[in-house]
Amino acid sequence: MAWEVVIGLETHAQLSTVSKIFSGASTAFGAAPNTQASAVDLALPGVLPVLNRGAVERAIRFGLAVGATIAPRSIFARKNYFYPDLPKGYQISQYELPVVQGGSLSFMVQPAQGGAYEKTVQLTRAHLEEDAGKSLHEDFEGQSGIDLNRAGTPLLEIVTEPDLRSAEEAVAYAKTLHSLVRWIGICDGNMQEGSFRCDANVSVRPMGSDKLGTRCEIKNLNSFRFMEQAINYEVRRQIALVEDGGKVVQETRLYDPDRDETRAMRSKEDAMDYRYFPDPDLLPLEISTDWIDEIRADVDSNGLPWKVASEYVSRYEMAPSVASELTGTREKSLFFEKACIRNTDTDFPIALMSDLVFVRRVANWVVGEVSRKLNEDGGEQWPFWISSQTLGRLVLREHEGIIATKTAKELFNEFWDADRATGSCRPPDEVDAVIEKRGLKQISDTGEIEKIVDQVLAANAAQIADYKAGKDKAFNSLVGQVMKATKGKANPAQVNALLKRKLG
Amino acid sequence: MADLAHASVAELGRLLEAGQVSALELADLFLGRIEAQRDLNAFLDVRPEVTRAQARAADARRAAGERGALLGVPLAHKDIFVTKDWASTAASRMLEGYMSPFDAAVVENLAQAGMVCLGKLNCDEFAMGSSNENSAYGNVLNPWDKDAVPGGSSGGSSAAVAARIAPVATATDTGGSIREPAAFTGITGTKPTYGRPSRWGMIAFASSLDTAGLMTQTAEDCALVFNAMLGYDARDSTSVYRPREDYTRGLNAPLQGLRIGVPKEFFGAGLAPDVEKAVREALKDYEKLGARLVDISLPNAELGIPVYYVVAPAECSSNLSRFDGVRYGHRAKDYTDLIDMMKKSRAEGLGAEPKRRILIGAYVLSHGYYDAYYLKAQKVRRIIADEFQQAFKQCDVIAGPVTTSVAFGFGEKAADPLAMYLADLYTVPGSLAGIPSMSIPCGFGARGRPVGLQLMANYFEEAKMLGVAHQYQLATDWHRRVPGGA
Repeated sequence: MAWEVVIGLETHAQLSTVSKIFSGASTAFGAAPNTQASAVDLALPGVLPVLNRGAVERAIRFGLAVGATIAPRSIFARKNYFYPDLPKGYQISQYELPVVQGGSLSFMVQPAQGGAYEKTVQLTRAHLEEDAGKSLHEDFEGQSGIDLNRAGTPLLEIVTEPDLRSAEEAVAYAKTLHSLVRWIGICDGNMQEGSFRCDANVSVRPMGSDKLGTRCEIKNLNSFRFMEQAINYEVRRQIALVEDGGKVVQETRLYDPDRDETRAMRSKEDAMDYRYFPDPDLLPLEISTDWIDEIRADVDSNGLPWKVASEYVSRYEMAPSVASELTGTREKSLFFEKACIRNTDTDFPIALMSDLVFVRRVANWVVGEVSRKLNEDGGEQWPFWISSQTLGRLVLREHEGIIATKTAKELFNEFWDADRATGSCRPPDEVDAVIEKRGLKQISDTGEIEKIVDQVLAANAAQIADYKAGKDKAFNSLVGQVMKATKGKANPAQVNALLKRKLG
Repeated sequence: MADLAHASVAELGRLLEAGQVSALELADLFLGRIEAQRDLNAFLDVRPEVTRAQARAADARRAAGERGALLGVPLAHKDIFVTKDWASTAASRMLEGYMSPFDAAVVENLAQAGMVCLGKLNCDEFAMGSSNENSAYGNVLNPWDKDAVPGGSSGGSSAAVAARIAPVATATDTGGSIREPAAFTGITGTKPTYGRPSRWGMIAFASSLDTAGLMTQTAEDCALVFNAMLGYDARDSTSVYRPREDYTRGLNAPLQGLRIGVPKEFFGAGLAPDVEKAVREALKDYEKLGARLVDISLPNAELGIPVYYVVAPAECSSNLSRFDGVRYGHRAKDYTDLIDMMKKSRAEGLGAEPKRRILIGAYVLSHGYYDAYYLKAQKVRRIIADEFQQAFKQCDVIAGPVTTSVAFGFGEKAADPLAMYLADLYTVPGSLAGIPSMSIPCGFGARGRPVGLQLMANYFEEAKMLGVAHQYQLATDWHRRVPGGA
């Protein structure tokens, strides 16, 4: 039988506010346990929550970006359950009336087999809530440690309709969402630190059926790779179970990446009755249309990643994959734009802005070398240790043929490492100063290269014979010898052309 | 020094201002009286050295030229308000010896005005009760009759002011916890509009009802202390953003032409004749003073009790969840794991009444019952509030009894929670609506036990209500009566 996979995702995005959602304590990651827990976070007797305006602002920003309705009035409720790292014995969340209602997200899916296609997922809602603390059971012999630094950290829980039909679609959605929340500046997207985590509701049904199968919820998928593996495992498990005459039991499951399997955590029967009711400590959240308009103007002025990406594709004839990577974060896309399109450096040839080859060259540098260095440093939230103008100058010199690609890459790495060490980025003029000082200019004088080519040809009769006998490798060897003789400074394109002509 | 001990806040303020007494002398006077009347069990924590230090500081402020009607006047706080310098227990084993790292907003405001704290007052555990029999630290005695309860939950506050061992005490009212004990002990007890006092630092019982207020000898004292105590607080999201006001401004307003609404539902079959007689006398006195009585109706006020005993336990079941033995408070000695530790700590630390209300609350909020109980209760609550608004179109204030009877004896209702809950019959409607209301002494009933008259006003009309009370107190002396031995 053919099976259809049905997936809905719930994503917890930690909002990038400086302080917590209901207290003034810091949200910074990695502090010593319980040093960022205020009286409110500790739920001491007599404390009260006060809503952080910045968290609401970020929720609105998200809602506008996905075309959702911003509820003029939404309600905070208490979700009651006991757990040692839940200080109040309830979590403040939004239940019946969430702040963001509806909306949708569109993205490209590239399946393993078949062509790429566009997919649109409807969002059910996004609501504000506070995170719990952490229980540390492993670090203490016979005891448990409780760290409440994370307690009260603002979260936006983004819930989709069960619109996704494969692990690939789920991952493509999650990646698009991940890039969106960073783009609009509401979440740092750091998955290792838990700033962006997904739960997947997975079920299967016979192809063509319009009835949903029984679902299992896979909790805390904190990487795209695990998400794909976990969903694929779960789909296989459910299909095998049903085909064997079994029934899927509604339950919560955990993915174990070491064994590549999901395991039951708790069944629906164990599900708690959370006794939701409106939190009497907080008034209904009322959002004025003026405030929404103000945020909308800001969202519009920064564009949205998919709109900017499609502009790159149509205006610069850029590959869609490069455009989508460039728009992974607003910082990266602005860096790219400043490095070529919006470079206002006076000695920067304006004409280059319409030189699509140059623009695409810069784009490739940003998604290639720059992204590689960022990842080496720890991820995309880390600083760029080269200024956009300096990179623009370096790529320009490569583009003009003044320095070899290899030289450009070496300089880039050297600049990045040195500037990260000193903590300040060098100005663009240093690119030219270094090229000059170290004599890194390519030999573009045809006469000079021709002399060397002639010398190499004279000394390699055997290779010439091989080449003429149809062995392409021999040609490469000749190019290599010319490059070696010029210490890599010859322009490879010129060397190629000269050799071809002379051998031709 | 008996006269000084019986002096009102207003009088003490004048004496301090005139230099006829120092804050330190007053502190010592009342600390001595607290010690002498320990049998009342009104106080849970007294730290004379801290009190004296505060008194000296107040004297120093006055010496430095500062003026203030309250500067150097002693007071005591109900143990529902957290304090840095005294233990804050909510009269529960769960919080035995708990020291708060901060002061409640009300405590802060009154300290700012220079009031000197005498210590913390006994009450029903987590403010749940109507007789103070639910304190983990023992009963408080009614100074008028030591066989009678002092009312609850603010029984320590009422007993302390009635016995004149504190000139004024803070208290909290969720369903009648200021007005009922004030009535039972013959003093003036006032609950302002919900949202007017800050709840920051009040140990929560039912957040949508909990209101800080005062036990005083007179309405005038209440106005003076409210001036320092009430104001907007950004730390409490339900605090109402309004400028500070002068609550004494209505004290001298004449009663001529005042329309007093008398709800017929407050004089039904359940009302004891002695209480009815005293209350009707008081209403006649008001007529003599120029006010006009208007018959009004609050048809759904009688639903107040069932509504209250859904809403308040629901909120309390959630508010008390934080007491789990993990971060502070009582922790069981023997347990098998984390969850067991939490269960045992709560089982041992919480008393019978909080447990009963947690169970009721968890039940009415549970899946499948929420709509039938909590949601319906909230709708009826809205109807009751609307009925008050209708009533205030016909009258300026509402008057009636505070309680169905005078103070009852220890153990009389303790075995029957429902009978105990009905003690709040006349006070709960005003709490549900969130309007200001108060109890003023208006005579004595059976066995010489005091009777209270309840006054209620519309939202933020505390000044008007206090004026109506003050005019009565100018014409009568019930508020000047003190129990034997005080």
